[in-house]
Amino acid sequence: MAQRAVPITSRVPAIAAAGLVLLLTLGTLGAVLWRAEWQGGLSPADWAAIRFTVWQALLSAAISVVLAIPIARALARRQFRGRQFLITLLGAPFLLPVIVAVLGLLAVFGRGGILNSGLEAIGLPTVSIFGLQGVVLAHVFFNLPLAIRFILQGWLAIPSERFRLAATLNAPIGRLLEWPMLRTVVPSTFLVIFLICLTSFAVALTMGGGPRATTVELAIYQALRFDFDLGRAALLAVIQFGLCVGAALLAWRLTGENLSGAGLDRVVQRWDTPKPWIDFLWIAAAALFLLIPLAMIILRGLPGMFDMPESILAAAMRSVLVAVGSSLLCTAMAFALALKGGIAVSVVGVLPLAASGLVVGTGAFLIVFPFARPSDVALLVTMLVNATLALPFALRAIAPAIAAIQQDFGRLGTSLGMGGWSWVRLVVFPRARRPLGFAAGLAAALSMGDLGVITLFAGQSEETLPLAMYRLMGAYRMEAAASAALLLLVLSFALFWLCDKWGRSDADI
Amino acid sequence: MLTFDRVELRQGDFRLKAHLSVAAGSLSALIGPSGSGKSTLLAAIAGFIAPAQGRILWAGKDMTGKAPGQRSVAMLFQDNNLFPHLSAAQNVGLGLRPDLKLTQDDRERVSDALGQVGLAGLENRKPSALSGGQQSRVAIARVLVSQSDIVLLDEPFAALGPALKDEMLDLVADKLSAKGRTVIMVTHDPADARRIASQTIVVSDGIVHPPVETGPLLDNPPEALAAYLGGKKDKKGPLN
Repeated sequence: MAQRAVPITSRVPAIAAAGLVLLLTLGTLGAVLWRAEWQGGLSPADWAAIRFTVWQALLSAAISVVLAIPIARALARRQFRGRQFLITLLGAPFLLPVIVAVLGLLAVFGRGGILNSGLEAIGLPTVSIFGLQGVVLAHVFFNLPLAIRFILQGWLAIPSERFRLAATLNAPIGRLLEWPMLRTVVPSTFLVIFLICLTSFAVALTMGGGPRATTVELAIYQALRFDFDLGRAALLAVIQFGLCVGAALLAWRLTGENLSGAGLDRVVQRWDTPKPWIDFLWIAAAALFLLIPLAMIILRGLPGMFDMPESILAAAMRSVLVAVGSSLLCTAMAFALALKGGIAVSVVGVLPLAASGLVVGTGAFLIVFPFARPSDVALLVTMLVNATLALPFALRAIAPAIAAIQQDFGRLGTSLGMGGWSWVRLVVFPRARRPLGFAAGLAAALSMGDLGVITLFAGQSEETLPLAMYRLMGAYRMEAAASAALLLLVLSFALFWLCDKWGRSDADI
Repeated sequence: MLTFDRVELRQGDFRLKAHLSVAAGSLSALIGPSGSGKSTLLAAIAGFIAPAQGRILWAGKDMTGKAPGQRSVAMLFQDNNLFPHLSAAQNVGLGLRPDLKLTQDDRERVSDALGQVGLAGLENRKPSALSGGQQSRVAIARVLVSQSDIVLLDEPFAALGPALKDEMLDLVADKLSAKGRTVIMVTHDPADARRIASQTIVVSDGIVHPPVETGPLLDNPPEALAAYLGGKKDKKGPLN
């Protein structure tokens, strides 16, 4: 029997982290299953919600992928100034708070937005963004960049020698090289986006609504918040969980995505260059689609930026506190779990992907409700849930680095007789600083922009910045909402940047 | 004396038997074909592999069940002998105190050890700011400050050029072996063995053979060793 060639560290932190994750995923699921009222069965409205949830996700995924193919091809074969910037920009939606993007989209496509003003000016009827088209639009905005990155990776993975060979043979590149690549990359990309769109509560909350555009998660929120029908909320949560189980099995691929954009800076040298302007048209259209809504937030938010009501600043403060707490907890849990390693840890790390924030929130509500006023624990629960939901992403960033440290230096540490604490303090922590910073930034930004669990728990005095912003939008105070959005945007990216910077400093390893 | 008492090591299908003693304070070369089990034997002495059978004793005391850090053994690996994010002094200090809580006295000993290997004044350099040879010297300085009786070298100098490698071997002979440490070094090069090792342990066909005098062995190698050494068996004495 080979002995473990790594200094032995305490297993208590890993067990505590795993316990919290299990409580928040399986524990809340248990609460939901226990309280679900089955006898009534599903009402026609419930069936409509299920149909709408699946339908909008299918549509969003299909449109994202179809649009992504020509854009990815253009990026794969054209070199131009700003290409690297554009590719970095494609990674931004992951950190972008959903509600901020929604406000930006409303400024372009909403009532009184750029599009409708233009239509009005030339005497055409205006269009409404709310409902199915709005939900799909927001989903495409978020997932088109992801689809482009996936497919671009596929393109760049084709060895350049093959393009050279095809050129010398004068063979059709499309049929010989590109079609087989797309056939493997497109289905998985479609699936990942489909599954993301099944569980994006904030989009449905802001863009959907009404009997014809209500997702299952939105129905949970309404059952809990407006009807206070705990049994029905629990039943809907069980249904949502069923929808998400598929997500758990497949969406973990997403977390392996290279968020830094490293390796995508190469251009495939091609000898067939038909009509370059078509490629540049696609690239320009994609850039405008992604940039204009963001620019509108800055444009509209800037005037009121330094004249923010006290309540918004207080909400911002709460959001930062929750984000920092959630980030510290998430990173600490990921660190403890990665240090322990093993199959059980991977399972614990993947579990939160199966959990919809709203299902976890409903379960937590059911657990807390008999003992405390939900609004009293709103921020604490939000922090715990956000930390848990970000855990798979943090673990994906940290675990490979820690495994490499153990592989490279475990025997040296052991032969020097280092104790577990010395090993962690002197070797693992300093050497894993870069992924730790990245993971902390990711968790902080995700928590900062979260508009999920908090909506179930918060009263007026516990609102976070995204929730305050949502309430401003609900009151049609769009200027104030735009300022709050800009603040939220700045805070999210600043938190990410600070953590990531901390990880990169003193990195003479 | 380091004693292998009917030791059998197993890794999957691989089996290695060792029944021999190595005199305290000796410097032995460990030689044998690739995959014969040289590194496995060192791993067993260091405590990374537990023997399937038998005992390993040092000075008559059984150390078979001890954890690697509890053994009086220092080991230099093929690579990753230094922590890249720690300074030379910190890397050496780990040989003294694995938690790096060094007293003033400890720090002086660290500086003294660095001076002995010719790196005086380079305490605060990180490994990336040192040459390959200097990095090896830091690792040797760490062994110097440690109290380990046994020093295992698993080809730590393999990546260095021939002249630099010879320098390191001489340093090992002067600073470690001459001070009474028991040194066992894996090598592929008979010239290394001739240079500093008075005795050689041959590992072949799943058996660790007892140490024999290096010169006569390499002058008249047994068949298995001759096949492994190939042309190199005729090379008498060091290159320079």
